[in-house]
Amino acid sequence: MADIIFDRPKSMTSAPFHYCPGCGHSVIHRLICEVIDEMNLRGKTIAVAPVGCAVLAYDYFDFDVSEAAHGRAAAVATGIKRVHPDKLVISYQGDGDLASIGMAETIHTANRGEKITVIFVNNTNYGMTGGQMAPTTLVGQVTTTTPKGRNPETEGYPIRMAEMIASLQAVKYSVRTSVADFKGIVQTKKAIKKAFELQLAGGYSFVEILSNCSTNWGMNPVDANKHIVEKVAEYFPLGTFKE
Amino acid sequence: MRKLIKGNDAMAEGAVIAGCRYYFGYPITPQNEVPAYMSKRLPEVGGVFVQAESELASINMVYGASAAGARVMTTTSSPGFSLMMEGVSYLAASRLPCVLANVQRGGPGLGNIAPAQGDYFQAVKGGGHGDYRLIVFAPASPQEMLDLTILAFELSDKYRVPALILSDGIIGQMMESVDIPENYVPGKVDKPWALTGAEGRSKNVVCSLFLDENVMQNLNTELSDTYEELKKSEVRYESFMTDDAEAVIVAFGTPSRIAKNAVLRARAEGCKAGLLRPITLFPFPEKEISSLVENNVKNFLVTEMNSGQMLEDVKLAVSGRSNVHFYGTTGGVITDEDEMTDRIISICKGGSRG
Repeated sequence: MADIIFDRPKSMTSAPFHYCPGCGHSVIHRLICEVIDEMNLRGKTIAVAPVGCAVLAYDYFDFDVSEAAHGRAAAVATGIKRVHPDKLVISYQGDGDLASIGMAETIHTANRGEKITVIFVNNTNYGMTGGQMAPTTLVGQVTTTTPKGRNPETEGYPIRMAEMIASLQAVKYSVRTSVADFKGIVQTKKAIKKAFELQLAGGYSFVEILSNCSTNWGMNPVDANKHIVEKVAEYFPLGTFKE
Repeated sequence: MRKLIKGNDAMAEGAVIAGCRYYFGYPITPQNEVPAYMSKRLPEVGGVFVQAESELASINMVYGASAAGARVMTTTSSPGFSLMMEGVSYLAASRLPCVLANVQRGGPGLGNIAPAQGDYFQAVKGGGHGDYRLIVFAPASPQEMLDLTILAFELSDKYRVPALILSDGIIGQMMESVDIPENYVPGKVDKPWALTGAEGRSKNVVCSLFLDENVMQNLNTELSDTYEELKKSEVRYESFMTDDAEAVIVAFGTPSRIAKNAVLRARAEGCKAGLLRPITLFPFPEKEISSLVENNVKNFLVTEMNSGQMLEDVKLAVSGRSNVHFYGTTGGVITDEDEMTDRIISICKGGSRG
């Protein structure tokens, strides 16, 4: 009998992903579950699912999960962590949730140095509602609410969250990675692991992950990932901003 | 132990006595004594106080702490409670127990910091989106701020319905002698649904998203059934001189205290007046009001510090069988005892005022 060298992580259910084919959420979910397995934390983890494409994350995570109102995931995570300081608490959020409606919660949770990990999936638009402009939408990017492309004169510039979070004194770790290519996926997994370790050592950690939204970008997944490497990462540089 | 303390402090201590160890709040007058008290008191008992960045954050921190299985509280005043509405709807839908307090002030809008009762509809009819209710208590003294807060924690856990202390600026700010229980043992309620880490068990999920409308309807039915159970078992009220009454004042909170004097003064004038004071606003003492109608009460005088909100619930309970009059003050103006006395006497004598 052949040895199994690749399998579904134990922290992950067998439910088929509802995400669009090629979407980065599936990869990121898997990376989180792999790290939880490797750190043997399945029974010690409580995650918060946002409003957005990842609202059904609890269908795929085989550990305790709470939903949160749009933008309030970090506040919900704060409540959970204060009650269970010995648990790994993860707030999983998209760009509309984290950087628009939930900006106050995002900043203040980081500023308090809540001992949680925020996984921020940046796909430069509102995916679930059909591709509207997000705070992270690139200048010139066409969305359903910027039909002529984002105009910085009227809509301002995309917000670089990892850099902004890194400016806060209480933050222990702020990094930006991507899941657009193999190298990025390996780096993302390393960053998630480091973020969890730093949380358990008593600090706030933030992992921003560039991820494609091929459906709303009107590209096939391969081109969408190429677009991240060539274009999105130009404005949102990969790297560690605080450690 | 008896102590002369403010209503807001009594409410905060009531929470601590009930086993609440987590408080999240944002400053707003006239309830600022509560976060100040909690920031000092909770660390003494191994609890946690967090000053949130907004009421939106407070209510969602409450959501997280409740989902994690804890007894948890937030308090605010009118505009702050409006900000919390989305979170309250989520709490109700996710069946998360917690105790909230709205120490009401004058409104609408920014209004003022004077006492008022303009948030009755918001408190007892839902307030946030969707079809839900809260268990709503209306304390009329610092003692009740303490006692009803303890009860609110117990009932909220028992029914998995968020509870609300609907107070006002006078009850919150006034000082009275309060009997503080010293040996209270908080009820122990199993919370197998709580998020505690899935060690040795299958995962728990706390959520209110049900994309299948039939499943969503099932949750709504479950909620309605719980609210019916509350109506059967948890109605609380005080009757004051209603046994032989022909005209009954219905009032809660601050106006109910003033109403007692009005009843006594009316009786001195030969008017058989009484007072019915709802202590729970939801569930509402509709059966008690109905039985007063059957016991020959021909006139009711609803008195509120708003333009007539509980009035609608009294009218529903009376169902056209007796006259329902109204005396209200708004914008933070306090009920006038002379005016209330004149009106109840005039009603007794068959006058048409009110």
